[in-house]
Amino acid sequence: MTHASPSMRDTAVVHRPGRLSRRESRLAFGMTLPSILIVMAIVLFPLLTTFWISAKPIELADLRAPEVRAREQVKGEAVTADDVFLLRYKLRNSSRDKPVLDVRLEDSLPAGLVPLELDPRCELAADRSLRCALGEFEPGQSETLNIDVRAEQAFIDNPESAKHSEVVMTGRSLNPLLTLDFTRENFIKAFGVREFGTVLWVTFVYTIGGTAGALVLGLFAALLLNQTFRGRAVFRGFLLFPFVAPVIAAAFTWVVMLDPFSGSLNTLLVQMGAVEAPINFFGVRTIQIQIFGLSIPFPLALSMVIAFEAWRYFPLSFLFILARMQSIPQDMYEAADMDGASPFQKFWALSLPQLAGIMAVLFLLRFIWTFNKFDDIFLLTGGNAGTRTLTVQVYEQAFALNNLGAGAAVAVLVFVLLALFALVYFRAMPEEEGL
Amino acid sequence: MTATRAPRASMFDRPAGTLALAGVNGLLWGLVVSILIGAGLALVTGLALRPQLGTFALAGLAGAAVHAGLRADALGWRSPQSLAPLAAILLVSLVLSGLQPFNLGIGEAPLAWLASLLITVLALHWVILASQHPIRFGRMNRFRREQALMLSLRAFGFVFFGVIVVLPLYVLVMTSLKTQQALLANPLDLWPDFDQGLMTPLRSYIELFRDFDFGRYMWNSALISVATVVITLLFAVPGSYAVSRLSFPGRLTMSRSILMIYLVPAIVLVIPLYAIFAKLGLRDNLWGLLVVYPATTLPVALYMLQGYFRGVPRELEEAGLMDGCSRLRVIWSITLPLSVPALASVSLYVFMIAWNEFLFAFMFLDDPKMFTLSRGVVSLDSSEVPRQHLMAGAVVSTVPIVIIFLWAERFMVQGLTSGGVKG
Repeated sequence: MTHASPSMRDTAVVHRPGRLSRRESRLAFGMTLPSILIVMAIVLFPLLTTFWISAKPIELADLRAPEVRAREQVKGEAVTADDVFLLRYKLRNSSRDKPVLDVRLEDSLPAGLVPLELDPRCELAADRSLRCALGEFEPGQSETLNIDVRAEQAFIDNPESAKHSEVVMTGRSLNPLLTLDFTRENFIKAFGVREFGTVLWVTFVYTIGGTAGALVLGLFAALLLNQTFRGRAVFRGFLLFPFVAPVIAAAFTWVVMLDPFSGSLNTLLVQMGAVEAPINFFGVRTIQIQIFGLSIPFPLALSMVIAFEAWRYFPLSFLFILARMQSIPQDMYEAADMDGASPFQKFWALSLPQLAGIMAVLFLLRFIWTFNKFDDIFLLTGGNAGTRTLTVQVYEQAFALNNLGAGAAVAVLVFVLLALFALVYFRAMPEEEGL
Repeated sequence: MTATRAPRASMFDRPAGTLALAGVNGLLWGLVVSILIGAGLALVTGLALRPQLGTFALAGLAGAAVHAGLRADALGWRSPQSLAPLAAILLVSLVLSGLQPFNLGIGEAPLAWLASLLITVLALHWVILASQHPIRFGRMNRFRREQALMLSLRAFGFVFFGVIVVLPLYVLVMTSLKTQQALLANPLDLWPDFDQGLMTPLRSYIELFRDFDFGRYMWNSALISVATVVITLLFAVPGSYAVSRLSFPGRLTMSRSILMIYLVPAIVLVIPLYAIFAKLGLRDNLWGLLVVYPATTLPVALYMLQGYFRGVPRELEEAGLMDGCSRLRVIWSITLPLSVPALASVSLYVFMIAWNEFLFAFMFLDDPKMFTLSRGVVSLDSSEVPRQHLMAGAVVSTVPIVIIFLWAERFMVQGLTSGGVKG
């Protein structure tokens, strides 16, 4: 393009990857690399590992490496020089299903003890340390190592128990994470059980209920705060408390407040005559509500957990909605006032349409985060009384039932569903809301 | 529903309709106010107060009807006419309840009897005056009606949000100052007893710091949180600057995947991290948390900062480049000083996440020497530890974050709105 006009040459310079832009790329890589590496190591790699573990027969106990334990015994006694007694090491592989490879024993013999005949696998070094290379121990295998020792005068003069020094056992075992045996058992165990349908149902009721509750409360709070009054800043700060407080503080406060024996709120309800006896709010799956002679089952614990979720997270939606409200041009409302619009007309016809975008985005985002929530339910009910969501099920399977594989299988499902929701979110997210 | 249509007359605008509307308003407020005051006083005094709901509903109705019937324009709080609804409320609540509006005889607790009655009556009167402010007897229209409803709803909103925030806060703090026996004896009596000196209510706190090593937990939490902030910023500042300003292949992919990674929940990562950390000996070790926390806060920090860096005027940086500064120099002396508010927001937000974090601390820490506050408080949740210790622990873990919040509310709110996609 040598015959191009000067201006065209300029653009050509910009578009060809020149020295400058290559330098810029290099700089950019250097600046982003640390972030990429740490995210790869702690987020992406574990994510892949979750998939890997979900296909492996691995239990919590498998994480503890199997080891060969040794018990040292002394049989007999040396009173005079040349007396012979027996040193015995009882060895056992503590694991019933895993071998230990390359087992080595190390101990030190007191001065003045001479082994009569040493096991061919052992040797005594000059510094009186006894080393035995015992090879592989099968699962549960036990072995006894007997060494007859003769006491010399040095030992009689200065007797020291052979058990004085500690036996050190070392050995290698296969890392259960790295073996290549796979199974479908985890998925069958995790999804085949009858309660799995309930878990799925509870998850969606909880997610939708918690999200909608937080959104509606947030909208009301924003409407309240979208006007000037004395103490507005203080009140706003107050409203953020449920979200700012650590989840443990918030959850335990609810638990203590609603405790059936010493909970203030429960006592208050009884005293006000609202209920006859204290209610175990977080421990009862369903109660029957009598309305007009009809008895309607009501999922109590689940509703309480949803109420907690709405209570704890409304401040977030409140902040977003308030920010959006304050950016609605005021002249629209002035024009409506001129036309004699009533307060509710202004709300329905002006405010709500302006807020629809942010509400939709918030719904999707809150939906994803509520779906991801683990701490809240775990601390409130431990996933009992009909409140077990998928995330709590991950914990339940992996750490309560000790089946890491099945837990990972549930985690895989959580991730797959999450990816679907995220896809919907990125598709639906309007650019201008810019979240 | 167009805003241009002239307000239409409705049955509620006729005098009888106005009275009926006001009556319903007063009735509902009678219920709300008496329950609120009854419950509130019960929680402060521990007395068995129980409002006679029917009485107060009718008292509210009477007061509101009298108020609406006065035909006065904008009846003020101090105007002598406003005494009429007040008198109506007082009279009805006394007479209909047989002088026991809260099921409490005047002889049993005269002070509480008087206080509960007076506060309820005055509050009811005030809220009726405030919410029925737009009501003009015989001159109603849709606008005024809706305005009155709006005021009523607004007042209810303040009551509602006040209660749902203040009640748990009150229970949290007050329970921590009681003893287990006192709580079981009367769960309503949350007022601290000073019978053995001014320090008695604080005994849970003293025991937490003396016997439960909470000083160490606090130190651990502070250490981890501050270190997480520092590490996160060290990684996120250059990373987000590059994504928002520099052009390089893969930039778009990176900027899109940040939010995506941000959405991956901790519970999906916890099993492999647990397994790997157990193998590497990083469990029961603050170093483990120091690796995990920055990695989980990094995406949100990148996300918040890249949005902010985009907003910094490019011209300022270009001027610096023209003057011969290197890119890093430009970042250091032009972009970063301009971004101090954003850095403050990100820092506070990350600090809050790290301080409040529960799951990883719970899964990784078994040794009480290594506990963070979250983990320490959870360890108090057992039947052997009295409940007030658990609440005191919760207060101890809440106070620092609340202090920071109050001290830097502006940045904190900024952080919540720009990073609050998480939570």
